[in-house]
Amino acid sequence: MFHWLEKRPFFFAVGVFLVIAFAGLIEILPNFAEASRPVEGLRPYTVLELAGKEVYKKDNCIACHSQLIRPFKAETDRYGQYSLSGEYAYDRPFLWGSKRTGPDLHRVGNYRTTDWHENHMWEPSSVVPGSIMPAYKHQFKNIADLETAYAEAVTVKNVFNVPYGDDIKPGKAAWEAYKPKVLAEAKKIAADMKNKDVKDAVAAGKVPEVVALIAYLNSLGSSRYEAKK
Amino acid sequence: MQSNAALEYDYSVAKLYTYTAILFGFVGMLIGTLIAAQLAFPELNYLFGEYGTFSRLRPLHTNVVIYGFTVSGVFATFYYSAQRVLKVSMAESKFIMFVGKLQFALYLIAATAMVVTELMGITQSKEYAQMEWPLDLLIVVIWVLWGVAMFGLIGIRREKALYISMWYFIACFLGVAMLYLFNNMAIPTYFTSGNLGSVMHSVSMYSGTNDALVQWWWGHNAVAFVFTVPIVAMIYYFLPKESGQAVYSYKLSLLSFWGLMFVYLWAGSHHLLWSTVPDWMQTMGSVFSVVLILPSWGSAINMLLTMKGEWNQLTENPLIKFMVLASTFYMLSTLEGPIQAIKSVNAIAHFTDWIPGHVHDGVLGWVAFMIMAGLFHMAPRMFKREIYSKKLIEAQFWIQTTAVVLYFTSMWIAGITQGMMWRAVDEYGNLMYSFIDTVTVLHPYYAIRALAGVLYVTGFAMFAYNMIKTMTSSRELSEEPQFRSPMA
Repeated sequence: MFHWLEKRPFFFAVGVFLVIAFAGLIEILPNFAEASRPVEGLRPYTVLELAGKEVYKKDNCIACHSQLIRPFKAETDRYGQYSLSGEYAYDRPFLWGSKRTGPDLHRVGNYRTTDWHENHMWEPSSVVPGSIMPAYKHQFKNIADLETAYAEAVTVKNVFNVPYGDDIKPGKAAWEAYKPKVLAEAKKIAADMKNKDVKDAVAAGKVPEVVALIAYLNSLGSSRYEAKK
Repeated sequence: MQSNAALEYDYSVAKLYTYTAILFGFVGMLIGTLIAAQLAFPELNYLFGEYGTFSRLRPLHTNVVIYGFTVSGVFATFYYSAQRVLKVSMAESKFIMFVGKLQFALYLIAATAMVVTELMGITQSKEYAQMEWPLDLLIVVIWVLWGVAMFGLIGIRREKALYISMWYFIACFLGVAMLYLFNNMAIPTYFTSGNLGSVMHSVSMYSGTNDALVQWWWGHNAVAFVFTVPIVAMIYYFLPKESGQAVYSYKLSLLSFWGLMFVYLWAGSHHLLWSTVPDWMQTMGSVFSVVLILPSWGSAINMLLTMKGEWNQLTENPLIKFMVLASTFYMLSTLEGPIQAIKSVNAIAHFTDWIPGHVHDGVLGWVAFMIMAGLFHMAPRMFKREIYSKKLIEAQFWIQTTAVVLYFTSMWIAGITQGMMWRAVDEYGNLMYSFIDTVTVLHPYYAIRALAGVLYVTGFAMFAYNMIKTMTSSRELSEEPQFRSPMA
């Protein structure tokens, strides 16, 4: 049979394809039949947090930080409750990472504060002596792309039914109407910061990347669970 | 029966990809060395402002060595060897020649765009799939063109039976096509939001755990179909050609090929052990990883036994040295991988430096050694000159071998040290070390790894110099060498 196949490239290629596709069919597809459901009470990321997630991606934090707490005592002692599938339901893409040159961040919002992050992003070794993490001072100057974050919220709402409010809708006008809410959220973060340039920028309606990033980091943990009424 | 000598093969496309393999190899490895040094000496993060941090450069390193160096090497060796095993020249079809050159032009554009966007931080943040959707589309075109050239050449072939290397090239083409398409499914947000924000931005079609599953189905099999399958294609072609020995066993090559095709795809979920992926998938990943030793070792043993009775060539011909050591590193790497995929081992190894250590004994010792040996073998035949310097190859071999050994031994120690420290508890059951303790302890190993990088990239520079000299000023050959490549 193999001698026959080797002289017939078409059937050979079909054969190879079937053999390699087989595993995906059995192992990968079934998981999609079950949509990724959020755990109860989990809210989607705000637009500012989404912008922060973009900063997280842009400066590629996953090169060194994971967002996946494995079910071992040593990990739950260090980072908190182990991660659950439903906690990632709004994560597009998933940001689990594959290397911990630095610690896990899946629940960093539970035990770090805005001013801690501010000092840390400016000069990591000032907060953690011996740290080999680079300083991210450019995040204090670069302005976060809020409009793209809003575009992402609109997209996931319309395409994947992520439960955002009715005020998140397509078009420039809708964005302009929504923008003050994002700025108000940024102002709350900036109020806890001390960098003067950052405060001035936010007051002038521009949100530096570090503000969005901190909003995102603060959202990692229990603050994204709405209190039960 | 067609005579071999009557056919004049056309190497213009193979030559172009040879140049880019040398260029991207050097650049990619240089970046790798820089980021290795940054972990030991963090001040090096500030050489190029925000574009020079470890985090921004790390994906650039992986992408340039994978899609720049390795893929160039795959295309170069394909456009060289496919003509010869199919007994057909590129020059016989204007169409295929055009497709090949167009593919190269688009490849250059895509590679440049990849470097620029990644420096700017425009990324999907999925490992080895960082490129955003417009680049993905371009890559699909490039890949399809490769398929057209491949099946075009197959269509007009004179040798009816496909040689083993062609099996692997076909598998590389199909496997990457399938996985790449699935993993990069994303929705550009600009068009769905009433033209808001950046045109480049997209969101993944999958969320959370599903996204992780598809990503590592891809991530693992990028290793399979870029770092394994086409490299096996190369060794099946170049080792017999360089040594003058017939492949040891046809049956073993059949078993290894179909075994590898069937088993490899299952093992992707071993990247997600102890995660939120369903348990049965994790177990499947673990089990199939161990089964994977069989087809991997099958190919490697087949290659080593091909040298049976001719081991003296190992001392006489440095290219045989490269290829035999490549096979050996392949065996090491494909044994180490399954060990790491055992759940209890993975609990320690995952997230540590043992993983990059494992990757690099594969890519430095197996992939890059094989590509360099292949290009060395091709050079006298493509440029009709003997290889510029045998001494330089010998020196390069030992420098790079030392580098690989330093790399993986230091990362083994670093990884296991850190893995053990993370879980260490005192007599009361409290964690013994804060996280930063487990970082500062790694400094000497990071310094050794950076040294390994310097050595390896030095060896690569010697390779590049040797190749350039071979192309330009080495002694000209009057006829094509049989088997062993002539070198001064």
